[in-house]
Amino acid sequence: MALRFTRKPENELEKEGRSLEPHAGETEYVCPNCHRTLPETTLDDNQWVCSCGHHFRISARRRIRMLTDEGSFSELFASIESTDPLSFPGYQEKLEKARKASGEKESVVTGTARIDGMEAAIFVMSPEFMMGSMGAATGEKITLLFEYATERGLPVVGWTVSGGARMQEGLMSLMQMAKTSGAVKRHSDRGLLYITVLTDPTTGGVTASFAMEGDIIVAEPGATVGFAGRRVVEQTTMESLPRDFQTSEFILAHGFADIITPRGDEKRMIAELLRFHGGQA
Amino acid sequence: MTAYDKVRTARSTSRPTTQDYIASMFTGFIELHGDRRYRDDEAIIGGLAYLGDKPVTVIGIEKGHDTIERMRRSFGAPEPEGYRKALRLMKQAEKFRRPVVCFVDTSGAYCGIGAEERGQGQAIAENLMEMMALRIPTVSILIGEGGSGGALALAVSDKVWMLENAVYSVISPEGCASILYKDASEAPKAAESLRLTAEDALSLGVAERVISEDGIGTEDFYGRLAEELYGELEALGHETDLPGTRYQRFRAFGR
Repeated sequence: MALRFTRKPENELEKEGRSLEPHAGETEYVCPNCHRTLPETTLDDNQWVCSCGHHFRISARRRIRMLTDEGSFSELFASIESTDPLSFPGYQEKLEKARKASGEKESVVTGTARIDGMEAAIFVMSPEFMMGSMGAATGEKITLLFEYATERGLPVVGWTVSGGARMQEGLMSLMQMAKTSGAVKRHSDRGLLYITVLTDPTTGGVTASFAMEGDIIVAEPGATVGFAGRRVVEQTTMESLPRDFQTSEFILAHGFADIITPRGDEKRMIAELLRFHGGQA
Repeated sequence: MTAYDKVRTARSTSRPTTQDYIASMFTGFIELHGDRRYRDDEAIIGGLAYLGDKPVTVIGIEKGHDTIERMRRSFGAPEPEGYRKALRLMKQAEKFRRPVVCFVDTSGAYCGIGAEERGQGQAIAENLMEMMALRIPTVSILIGEGGSGGALALAVSDKVWMLENAVYSVISPEGCASILYKDASEAPKAAESLRLTAEDALSLGVAERVISEDGIGTEDFYGRLAEELYGELEALGHETDLPGTRYQRFRAFGR
């Protein structure tokens, strides 16, 4: 352990004088990419990006705090939460657990915020809530947000994280793909801007609906983005998959994302795009 | 019949497939090929036909009849090109103001490296968005399996009908069982929980009509279905705001 604090700084994170030493009682995280142990404050200072470039999955609220103007977020549709439309065995307990783990009622947080002074309707999905799975309430909140933005002529910026549709809600979950797509279409037909930011992971029914429907699709580096699950593809095709299969870099190369933007530059990039499309502070 | 019996029936290779419906319900079918971008996906058939005296665009997922044909058609699992061909034909139908009839029968969108490289998710997403806004009547009939997003990509329609033994689900019962119970053999249990039968879809409002399978495959059966379809297209033809009504139809789920 001691070695870590005496050796020469070897990355920007350390060079900038940020300590790797955790404060008393502070939680430490291990980077899944380089296996470095990082204290929470260090990660906070670096927008939860490791010096190796790995972008940690982060909660919806943390993301909103990081990427929107301080104090500008005003939450909408906060009371909407999943019911159990099919009385699916074990689902109630699973929901309870997800609510506890995430502190959220659903897998998406919706509202308005300013980004560099410009107002936008935003939705941010939460990896801590059943890995952002899309239930009826998720679809309802996103649809309401698009309808709200359409009425008021606001752009929408959405951060996606999702394992896909929520099987415990069966067809009601599947129908959210059509419902949200319809709401995106109506917003689009009014000439309004929709930016999606694909974050790790964005897969399944969310990829096959509103994640891929942005006018401009931004992706965080190294995020998993795809439709079918990697293991499913492996098992079905029995082929070895390209190393970068279903990453942001892979989808950019194949023409399905516009820009890869590291999180540290994300707010500036989104602000640029909003400004370009008439956003006024 | 249990839910899983229905799943097995829906998957049966002895069921009529899209090409049988086209041949028996319509006349003068001219198949149109290709997505104008990359290739022709034979898992989806589409083209021009008459339903009675009515010119329509008919599109359907085709599983094929014998093994060789089934392989050629990827067992009815469309690649992005299939969905793009379908959308091209729907837009063409809109231009010439004729209704669209879709037959849906798939275990799901094709799962493979190429499909991911060419944007399977994007192709489905675009169909969902664009189908919602079509200014012509659309009816989708699920004739066998309705496998998740791969089926929905041809079913964002004014009316969705299901054959009595067709199923419609967000995930296969086997997939659901292997995630929930870590055991694919629990599929019958999962099938029950998923509420994937035609009756379930009807009670959830996902389908408007369940088609009796009495005499399935006979001239009578096709004749009856063609007549009902004709009546439905006539009725939809008098609607003044199809995209608005269609949006409200889907908007209602989970409100």
